[in-house]
Parts: sequence; structure tokens; C-alpha cells
Amino acid sequence: METQTRRFKQNAREAMADGQLAQALTRLGEGFPLRRAEAIDRLPEFDQLRDAAKAIKDHTLAHLDLYLEQYESKVKEAGGHVHWCRTGQDAREKILEICRSVNAKTVTKSKSMIGEEIAINDFLEENGVAPIETDLGEYIIQLRKEPPSHIIAPAVHLNKGQVEDTFRKAHTNLDPARNLDDPKSLLEEARVELRDKFLNADVGLTGANFLIAETGTNVLVTNEGNADLTYSLPRVHIVIASLEKVIPTLEDTATVLRVLARSGTGQDITVYTTFCTGPKRPDDLDGPDEYHVILLDNGRTELVGTEFQEMLRCIRCGSCLNHCPVYHAIGGHAYGWVYSGPMGAVLIPGLIGIHEAGDLPNASTLCGKCETVCPMRIPLPKMLRAWRERQYQRKGNSAAARWALGLWAALAKRPKLYRAVTGPLMTALAILGRKRGRFKWLPLAGGWTGPRDLPAPQGDSFIAQYHKGPVGAVVRSKGQ
Amino acid sequence: MTEYAPALKNPPTSPEVGLFATCLVDLMRPSVGFATVKLLEDAGCRVSVPEAQTCCGQPAYNSGDSADARDIAKNVIAVFEGFDYVVAPSGSCAGMISHHYPHLLKDDAAWKARAEALAAKTFELVAFLADVMQADISPPDLGVTATYHDSCSGLRELGIKAQPRALLGKVGGLTLVEGDIPETCCGFGGLFCVKYPDISEKMVDAKADDILATGADLLLAGDLGCLMNMAGRLKGRGASVQARHVAEVLAGMTDQPAIGEADEDTA
Ligand code: SF4
Repeated sequence: METQTRRFKQNAREAMADGQLAQALTRLGEGFPLRRAEAIDRLPEFDQLRDAAKAIKDHTLAHLDLYLEQYESKVKEAGGHVHWCRTGQDAREKILEICRSVNAKTVTKSKSMIGEEIAINDFLEENGVAPIETDLGEYIIQLRKEPPSHIIAPAVHLNKGQVEDTFRKAHTNLDPARNLDDPKSLLEEARVELRDKFLNADVGLTGANFLIAETGTNVLVTNEGNADLTYSLPRVHIVIASLEKVIPTLEDTATVLRVLARSGTGQDITVYTTFCTGPKRPDDLDGPDEYHVILLDNGRTELVGTEFQEMLRCIRCGSCLNHCPVYHAIGGHAYGWVYSGPMGAVLIPGLIGIHEAGDLPNASTLCGKCETVCPMRIPLPKMLRAWRERQYQRKGNSAAARWALGLWAALAKRPKLYRAVTGPLMTALAILGRKRGRFKWLPLAGGWTGPRDLPAPQGDSFIAQYHKGPVGAVVRSKGQ
Repeated sequence: MTEYAPALKNPPTSPEVGLFATCLVDLMRPSVGFATVKLLEDAGCRVSVPEAQTCCGQPAYNSGDSADARDIAKNVIAVFEGFDYVVAPSGSCAGMISHHYPHLLKDDAAWKARAEALAAKTFELVAFLADVMQADISPPDLGVTATYHDSCSGLRELGIKAQPRALLGKVGGLTLVEGDIPETCCGFGGLFCVKYPDISEKMVDAKADDILATGADLLLAGDLGCLMNMAGRLKGRGASVQARHVAEVLAGMTDQPAIGEADEDTA
């Protein structure tokens, strides 16, 4: 997927003009957080589990090389292959090479953000291999040629009617008079359409929620069971995962799994949680003949050891998106790349550079809600600030902003000058604004006025008044 | 969420409090400063308002300009470290001093300890009155229905939630009605509202809808930035809800026009 992060402001504006999107986002903002809260109420030890999960990931990141090597050797032991890929291009080529080695015509896919990150669908298509998304949400947006708008609910921006339209346009082989009024009929239709595709695919490409070092296992969680059909039916199973997905042991994985679904969808556990280790063994009834893992770096190792390392704890639960008021206002597409919301605003600059994604860490009020709901206790606001600091250091923000900030800082550092400048200014504004008590428009108030009025100051500054006479005399005498 | 700085072990009975007025209160709404002084004095504090204070440095800090933020922090530390307590009528500025100064100055050997010492004795006004002074306030009656907005920093950095509600419970004739989203950010975010005005508008509109749905006549909060944002939008939409800093109500100093209103509006 091509990045559109530079168009953030414009994307956001367009998104906010879309009434249907606003409704979808309102539903999301009410639904997921409520279900999360209920799930957590049912689990009194949730906070202890968060601490344990965080500790597991911190430990893993501190010994990342060790666990990755262990993971690799375990995959090999089980008869699988591990391919280390530094860039998206490396990963794409490796996947194509594997597809070609078995003359694959079609590849079924089960939701993988990494697949989106390296734009694997377009690449396969250009090279004569047809990728087929099997997660319902992914399937819908694939038909619509749209990127996902949420990391766990890719089609959350759409409503039922839009899905119906999409299906009617895509499934032209079906009776045009058929009834597609309720979600169930839509789901049924997608199921029927996908059935043959599952059966006929040459390769199954899945993501991985975790990679277990101890056993060489990849873990997949879904609510539709499509991942299971994706990996078990074709001859070849390719797993694509970024390298921070590794977790030391099976038991550790169980701990992290316990916070994952509760945080994201408010389920105690997802409907399907599948563990795959290597290809089919001689006495297995089903499973792939070949098992490949594409282990992708794509910029992650550069974050290790920096102030952004903690971002690599992220388990993609989507909770920070579900609770973010900025995400609720603009949706996921506005962020311009596969990731969105607070986690995207931190991760995207890490992967494609702050010069590309300069708006993302700034378009936050730092309200801190994301940090309070993140199961991995990722200090997202702190890292958004850290990006702003890097941007400031490389003079990445606008000259006007730097000038205004510099002026304010210069005043704030010189109390006498500050008083000399602000006093008369406030007095003047107070006189100007006295009649209405607020301004509809004021030169230099820029973005403030327009959406809202600017309250007028009351008069001379508090400190000046306080030191001038009997405490509060000026203010208290007024109106008495 | 980090724990709020605990109260000093043996608090002095009549502590010397340095009032950090915050730049917004100082410049935009002095009545909040006077209300704060009154509340602190009534609670038995000896209050000083140092003239050499300006701003806590958040605009610089949140814009990535750490060097200036550090310089400003040092000014604040030097001006306020002599007091028993520092109190600010703002969760955001109190949070800046108590959480972010130690982080900003953690690598500065000469300033680290001073930043931490100041952090430990810096409080947001309402939390200070309730938790540290356990103040018994007796504000005058105010026949009004009010709703309260939990400002982000106060709520999430300092854990302020129960204190303002407990104190407002002492205002006779005041009925508190909760909105559905009292903890959702109003879209102010310091410079955010200027840099991304349309996103901010969408956020503050959601708040305005929620506030209007409560049917309250009065919107209260502990941070002037959020209040100016919400009041500005409510007024822009022609709503009659008044907005005030919680200190004004607790101090019984509501003679000034509400935020964004002129004298004739209140008549
Ligand atoms: S940053 Fe935290 S809340 Fe957001 S997706 Fe990652 S783990 Fe979940």
C-alpha cells in the first residue's frame, strides 16, 4: 500500500465530510470500549496480567536476537523454513519465489497487517498470482479496492448497505433479485463465494499474532476460522510476520493472549486460536506439505535501543484506536497507511520516517486515553512527544510555528519582559472584547476562531492586579 | 497511570503555598486566580503569588522544543522551590510540573533532584484542597444544574475524579448531572486546536452535544484551556450554557461574567 501520510490534513477533512463514516465511527466508539470495559470487569486480575504481559515483551525485546535464533532453529526442526527479510521488497520477492516454485495461480490470505505493509496483494497480482482475502472484512475491502481502516476491523468504516452494493457489483453470477438485507445473508454469500477458493488455492498466506520461540509455532487468532482454512487446505503455508512478534514460551503466549481479545473486541478469547508448527507430519490427516516463515524487519531493529523500543511491545489489539477521540473523528484512512490511531501515529514514523509522517504525531491532544487502555502499557503520548522532539530538532515543522513558539519561549524565560508585553496586550483585548465577551474572529488567532469563539480576557493580568492593591480588589469590586 | 505525588508526611498546619497561576488564568481570567487565593487562604494556607512566574513550558514541551522547555522549567523550579507546596488551578500545569519536569531534567545532575523535590510538593488546586488540606469549605448556595468535564491531564496524570465532585457536593442548591462522556478529551490539546482546527471542532462538537444533552445550565472544569475551548464552541453555536472554572464556584466568586460572556449576557 502506498503511503498517503503527507496528505493527512486533506484526508482528515474529506473523512470528516463523510456522514456515513461518522456514523460508523460513532458505532465503533460506543461498541468496542463498552465491551472492553465489561470484559475487564469480569477479570479482576486484568491489571496484573497487563504487567505480566508487558514484562514478557520487555524481556523478549532485550534478548531479541536470542529468541529469534531459537525460534528459527525450532521451525527448522519441525521441517519448516525461515526466510529473514530486511525490507518489504525482500519479503515480496521471497513470497513470489515460493509461489512460483509450486506454480501457484491463487493464494488465499488470512488477515495480515504485514501483508498490507508490504503491499503483497498488488505485487502478486502484477506477477500473475491472484491473492484472495478470506477474512470477511478484508474480503469486502479487497473487492472495493480499499485499504483497511482499522487494524482488527478492516471494514469498520462501511455500513451494511455499502457491503450489499459491493457484493451485488462483484458477484454478478448470482441472482440479482436475491435478498441481501441482513448481515447474515451477506455473511452466507461471502462464505459460499469463498468456499471454492479455499479448496482450490495453491498457497495459503497468513500473518501471525505471535511466534513462539520455544516451539517454533505461529499463533493465529480469528473470529471466523478463515485462517484455519487458509493454512490447512493448500499445499504450502507461508507465514509472514515481523520479528517483534516472537514470544519466548507457550505459557508466556497464554498470558499475552488473555489480554489481547479483551482489549480489542471485549471477548474473553477469540473464537479461534490456532497454533501451527511446521508442515504436515507423516501421520497427520491434513496440513500443508511446505511451511515457510517470512521474518520481516522493515525498520523494526532500528527502533530497538531507542526511545521508541517500547512500541515493539504492541500486540495490535486495536484498543488504542477504539478509544481515541481523534480516530473517532477522522477514521483510519486519514492516517494514510496501514496503521492508524495512536499506535499508527507512533509506529508509522518509525517505519517510513518522520519526514514522511510529520503530521501523525502532532495530530493528537496527548489526552492519554490510549495509554490507559493499552494492554501492553505502551506510553504512547510520551512517544508522540519524542517524535515531535526529533521533528523539531531536524527543523521539520513550519517556520511560522517555530517562530511563534520561539517568541513565546523567549518571553516565558524573561518574566519582566513577559509582563511588559502581555499586560498591555491583554488590557487592549479586554477593551476590544468587552462588549460581547468573546471574539468571532481575531487576526493571528488563526485556527482558533472559525470553529469557536475566542473568550475575551477579563482585563489586566491576575498577577499585576494581585500585586497592585488589596487582594482581588479590582475583580471583586466589579458587579457588586 | 502514574500515582499522584503523595502529600508530605507531616504537613505544616499553616503551610506556605506558592500559587502557580498558569499563563491562561493570569492573562485570560484573573477571577480564577483570586478564587484560588481565597480557597487556599480559607483552608488555612499562607499564599504567595511570585511575580517572576510566567508559563509552565507546555507549549514548548509538547511541540518538541525540549531545550526551551528545560529552561522554563528551571525558572519555575527556582521561583517555587522555597514553598511548602505549589498549587495550580489546572491539572495540566500541575501535571507538567509534577510529572514532566523530572523527566525533562533527568539527565541534568544539578537539576534532577530539585525537579523531583518540586514535583513532590506540587498539586492541582481541587486535589490539594480535598486530599492535602482536607478543607472544609462552605460556599454560598447557587441554585443551578451543573455538569463537570474531567480534563485529561488532571484525570489521567493526577487521578483527579472524586475530589471536584466531593467539593461541589458542598455547594448548596447545586445539582450535578453527569454527561455520557465526561472523560473524553474536548479537543483543546494546547496548540492542537490551532494546528488542526477542524479535527478539534469535531471533537469539541461531540462534547458540546453531550453537555447540552445533560440539560445543565453550567459547565464546570478544572482547566481554563478546556473551558475556553468548550465555552467558545458552545457560544459559537448560540448555546446559553455558562462555563466556569470550578474554583470560582467553590469560592463563591461568580460575580464575573462566565467565560466568553459579556456583562449584559449575565444581566
Ligand atoms: S499500542 Fe497498545 S492498545 Fe494500541 S494496538 Fe498496540 S497493544 Fe493495542
